[in-house]
Parts: sequence; structure tokens; C-alpha cells
Amino acid sequence: MEIELRFYATLVKYAEKNKIPQFSTVELEEGLTLASFLEKFGILREHVRIAMVNGKRAELDQVLRDGDRVGLFPPVGGG
Amino acid sequence: MENGSTKTTDMDDLKKNTIISEMKKYVQKFKAPDGSLYDGLPLQAVQKLASAFHLPTREVEGAALENKILPSRYSRNIGTIGFKGQARLLKSKVAVVGLGGLGGTAAELLARLGVGQIIALDAETFEESDLNRQLLATEENMGEEKTISAVKRAAKINSSVEVFPYQIRAGEKEFREILKGADVIIDALDTFSARLVLQKTAKDLKTPLVHGAIAGFVGEVTTIFPEDPGLDLIYGLSHKDEKGAEMSLGAPTATPAIVAALQVQEVVKVLLKIGKPLRNRLLFLDCETCSVEVIELKS
Repeated sequence: MEIELRFYATLVKYAEKNKIPQFSTVELEEGLTLASFLEKFGILREHVRIAMVNGKRAELDQVLRDGDRVGLFPPVGGG
Repeated sequence: MENGSTKTTDMDDLKKNTIISEMKKYVQKFKAPDGSLYDGLPLQAVQKLASAFHLPTREVEGAALENKILPSRYSRNIGTIGFKGQARLLKSKVAVVGLGGLGGTAAELLARLGVGQIIALDAETFEESDLNRQLLATEENMGEEKTISAVKRAAKINSSVEVFPYQIRAGEKEFREILKGADVIIDALDTFSARLVLQKTAKDLKTPLVHGAIAGFVGEVTTIFPEDPGLDLIYGLSHKDEKGAEMSLGAPTATPAIVAALQVQEVVKVLLKIGKPLRNRLLFLDCETCSVEVIELKS
């Protein structure tokens, strides 16, 4: 299945680590959950404050589907 | 510290009629950007009337607006906000919690909008590292208490705006005392723990909270009504640290200004019950890639 990925701010380092652009489309095996996706890409859960799937905040046990758009957001707290 | 709205309501009809008939002597026809003419009241006239009738200028402006006379200083607001909306803003009280990059800009915009009363809260004084982004910081006021700078700045911009300064490192107890009576609270703090305490207070006081935060090129805004989960969903996945991406990305000049402006837009919408506030939605802005994500927080 194809998943569209978007890494934001400090999480861009994980795109670089995986040698993919900040905004990219990747081919993944069916049935992957968000948690297993993070693991596969070596993304530490504590670095991800919100994971978004198709515009909605998603829990880590959500199963990804073909065509999903996944965004990852780090904690932001400056004022 | 009496609320302006009470006084306006108490102003008897006779006095009001006298003010209005006196006011009409000063009314001038102004041309709006679309070419139409409106009855405008220059700032000097507002000040003269306020002095003559021993009233705060915002009550003179309020009386004018009720009579379709437009204080010239708000003329560019009216197309969007309307006479009633402007009068409502003048009677509103908004709290700005934190007067750094976000809060300083928010306070400036609220004063220009004509929000009648502003609660300004911060514990710090200005230092050089504030100069890149904090609107209230100048080379002349290094070391000055931020709340005092807010009072001075608002007085320069709009004499109808009253600022209540609280130079204090507030916990829940102080927040509750200081913020009671606010119509909307702006979260312009910079630690997760303080933001959560502020959210709890806002919920207890049943007051809407407009959250904003920044780091580097990115920023976020959401509007939290008392019954909304708010930051619990935003800080959901993990939250042990006090700070976020701003620790490495810093706080460059434009980002807090953009986010504070969005926060003030939310305040206007909440106060005037117009548009669609960012309830249960987090607007995440990445200026580096020019991307805006509006994330639905509740499934």
C-alpha cells in the first residue's frame, strides 16, 4: 500500500535518517499499525506529540490503509 | 477595576441623550474605502467629550457606536466587525497570560482592536534575548517589568483600553483570582506544565482559552471551550518534558507574531460569536514549507 508521509519541524531528522524527503510517498506492507510504522522507521514515540492520519489525530493502534496521509508533529511549547 | 459595561448600562438616558447631542456637533463625514460616507467621530472629539462628561473614553466610543456614529479610529474594523461588534469589544475583558513573543503581540493587537480591558500577566523583566521578537521589548526598556511595558504601550495605542498588570509567577490559586471576570483567556506561556495549570483554571472558571505555541518556523493554535478536552489531546502521546522543539529551533522573529495574530483572530470570533473558532481542531502552521494542517483532535 502507498502511504503519504509528512514530517514536521524536529521530526524531519527521521525523514533524513530514512533517506526520504520531508513530504514523501512510501510503499508499505498491508496491515501496518501506526505504532509498527514508527518502529519500522526508527521513530521514537516520545518524539511524536501528535500523529495525524487523514487530517485526524490518531491513536498508535490505528491500522494504516492504502492512500492514507500521515503527519507527525513534535511537541511545540515556545511562547 | 469596575467593568465598563456596568457603567454604560447605568448611564441614565438623559445623560446619554445630552452626550449624543453634544457629540453630533463633532461628527464629520468620512469616506470609507468603498467610497460610501459614514458619520465619523475624530479621536480629539472623543477625548473632549470624555473630559466634559467625566467618562472613560471607551464609554463615549460605546455611546457613539450605539448611535451609528463611528469613532474614526475603528473605521477599518467596521466592515468585518460591525458597530455592534466594536461596541461589544469595548465592553470585553481579555486576559493575556505571558507577555513574551506571543503575549506582547497579542496585547498590542487587542489594544488596536479596541478590547476595552486587558489583564496582562507575566513574572519577568525584559532582557536582550527578547529583542528579536517581543514587540514590547526595546533597547530603552531592558530590565523593565513586562507588565509595566504592556500598560505603557496600550496607553500609547488606545486610551480607551485599560490594562490590569499582574507582575507575578502565578500558580493555580493566583490564576483563579486574577483571571476571574475575563471573557477569553490567551495562553501565551512557554512551559507545558504552566499551560496545563492555566487550562485547568480556564475550565474551572468556564472561560474559553485560546492556546498558541511556537518553535522555529512552526506554530500552533487551538481554541478550548470549558467542556473540550483541549491540551489533553494535544499533549496526549507523550509528555514528560517541560519544553518542546523550541529548545533546538529557537523563536525567530516572525513566528510568534503570526501565531499571536491567529490567536487574536480566535478571540474576536469567540467574543463576537462569528466564524468558526478552532474548537477541537489544532491549526499547525509550518512556514518553512508553507504548510497548514488543521488536525481534528476528537475522533
